[in-house]
Amino acid sequence: MNRYSIFTLARNALSHHEHWQRAWRSPEPQRRYDVVIVGGGGHGLATAYYLAKEHGVRSIAVLERGLIGLGNSGRNTTIVRSNYLWDESAHLYEHSLKLWEGLSRRLNFNVMFSQRGVLNLAHNLHDLRELRRRVNANRLNAIDSDILTTQEVQRMVPALNCAADARYPVLGASLQRRGGTARHDAVVWGFARAADALGVDIIQNCEVTAIRQRDRRVTGVETTRGSIAADKLGVVVAGHASVLAQMAEIRLPIESHPLQALVSEPIKPVLDTVVMSNAVHVYVSQSDKGELVIGAGIDAYNSYSQRGSFPVVEASVSALVELFPSFRRLKMLRQWAGIVDVCPDASPIISKTPVRGLYFNCGWGTGGFKATPGSGHVFAHTIARDEPHALNAAFALERFTTGALVDEHGAAAVAH
Amino acid sequence: MLRIACPWCGPRAEIEFSYGGEAHIALPEAADALDDAAWAQYLFMRTNPKGRHLERWVHTHGCRRWFNVVRDTASERIAAVYQPGAEPPEDAR
Ligand SMILES: Cc1cc2nc3c(=O)[nH]c(=O)nc-3n(C[C@H](O)[C@H](O)[C@H](O)COP(=O)(O)OP(=O)(O)OC[C@H]3O[C@@H](n4cnc5c(N)ncnc54)[C@H](O)[C@@H]3O)c2cc1C
Ligand SMILES: [Zn+2]
Repeated sequence: MNRYSIFTLARNALSHHEHWQRAWRSPEPQRRYDVVIVGGGGHGLATAYYLAKEHGVRSIAVLERGLIGLGNSGRNTTIVRSNYLWDESAHLYEHSLKLWEGLSRRLNFNVMFSQRGVLNLAHNLHDLRELRRRVNANRLNAIDSDILTTQEVQRMVPALNCAADARYPVLGASLQRRGGTARHDAVVWGFARAADALGVDIIQNCEVTAIRQRDRRVTGVETTRGSIAADKLGVVVAGHASVLAQMAEIRLPIESHPLQALVSEPIKPVLDTVVMSNAVHVYVSQSDKGELVIGAGIDAYNSYSQRGSFPVVEASVSALVELFPSFRRLKMLRQWAGIVDVCPDASPIISKTPVRGLYFNCGWGTGGFKATPGSGHVFAHTIARDEPHALNAAFALERFTTGALVDEHGAAAVAH
Repeated sequence: MLRIACPWCGPRAEIEFSYGGEAHIALPEAADALDDAAWAQYLFMRTNPKGRHLERWVHTHGCRRWFNVVRDTASERIAAVYQPGAEPPEDAR
């Protein structure tokens, strides 16, 4: 792998950037691998990277139905934070946040991680109490977290309507300063390039159509590009988790829903942090291009159609213009949906399964982008050692039988 | 936006309805005798198919009655609407 640096940038500028090495190969699938990862999103590619990098696995393939990063990894609103309520989640997301810090350097790829802070607004006393409780829990877990007063919020976000007679009065907010945003595509491409450099075969346009097993032990997969044998199979397919689980005759507690987002026309810098409001189901940040990136809650019904219904967008946008009256005249440029894998307790499943050699990583729902490096890191450990990392032990499939759920509806809320 | 035909009121916009999730999940008989695994199946595990889905809707802002729908989760096409407690119509199976 040619390293990216200011010198290679200058050298390639001289040849009009026409001779850059390809960021990853496009190999033909081999007949057999030690580990096959299904799903070429950020989580799958990160898993492959850490398997190769930290566990010395030499024969790994990532199979992707379409092109890498075109699933939720390329459709999300890129908010990164770790201020979750319960110890189990706080530790997992904080592990991920620590990996984000320094990821660009480690991958030699600029993932544009920007710790611009994440605000969660309180619009009533109950919101404020909930946020206080969460901030206190975060601090006990050594996660930076503060409560801001209305005046402090107004100073930080001048465009926000903090008037006492606002439709949604701002009584305060929680702030995680180390939170922020990252460039979604770059994370996918960075992990892909780094994994490829360690010998991982990234195979695109290769859909898994069946999981082969003998005596409840995985032996491989059938794909649209032929059968591939594997000792171990890690499935990280987000909204398609139930489809893959069905191939292995496993039932999951997951439902797939559309989650929509939209961006405005680009405008001059107006918002240098992330503002979220659980109560009114909207959140917003501004991209480096100047577009406002706006997110909503999920569509209520199960779906795989990557569309979503208009009323959800309408509700979000009407809440947004109450919060930011000056956004009223903006035109929206694009709207889209991804299919998110929603778990009953709003926490992920990173787990072994009843089939030996088969591992699932799913249920991240509306908020897994922030977990991309951490999820890949602990999932690689789970696959390589055939036992969970200490950080994902609580996120096993068994919790739905034992009842030890990790209820993060408050922290996951609208999402993200 | 979906257009859903309430069996009692006829076709209406999705916003009049609330979604009730997968249909035909009945509380098992002798629920107190279930083991944890069977209870988890009832409470949490869902079919979540890509394709034909049997699901419940309630006409919240209309007649407020529950009913079942056969909808394709990949195309969003609604194949049939039927009464709660009934089996899905033959031609929509
Ligand atoms: C609109 C929206 C906004 C969001 N905002 C945020 C946010 O602000 N912050 C945050 O933390 N999270 C957010 N999320 C959630 C986040 O995007 C996801 O949790 C995360 O990206 C999941 O990553 P992944 O790699 O598991 O999934 P994906 O990127 O979806 O990758 C899964 C891959 O599996 C492939 N696949 C599926 N079936 C098969 C098959 N049979 N064979 C081979 N490949 C298959 C798919 O093509 C896909 O590329 C948002 C999601 C959406 C949709
Ligand atoms: Zn009705």
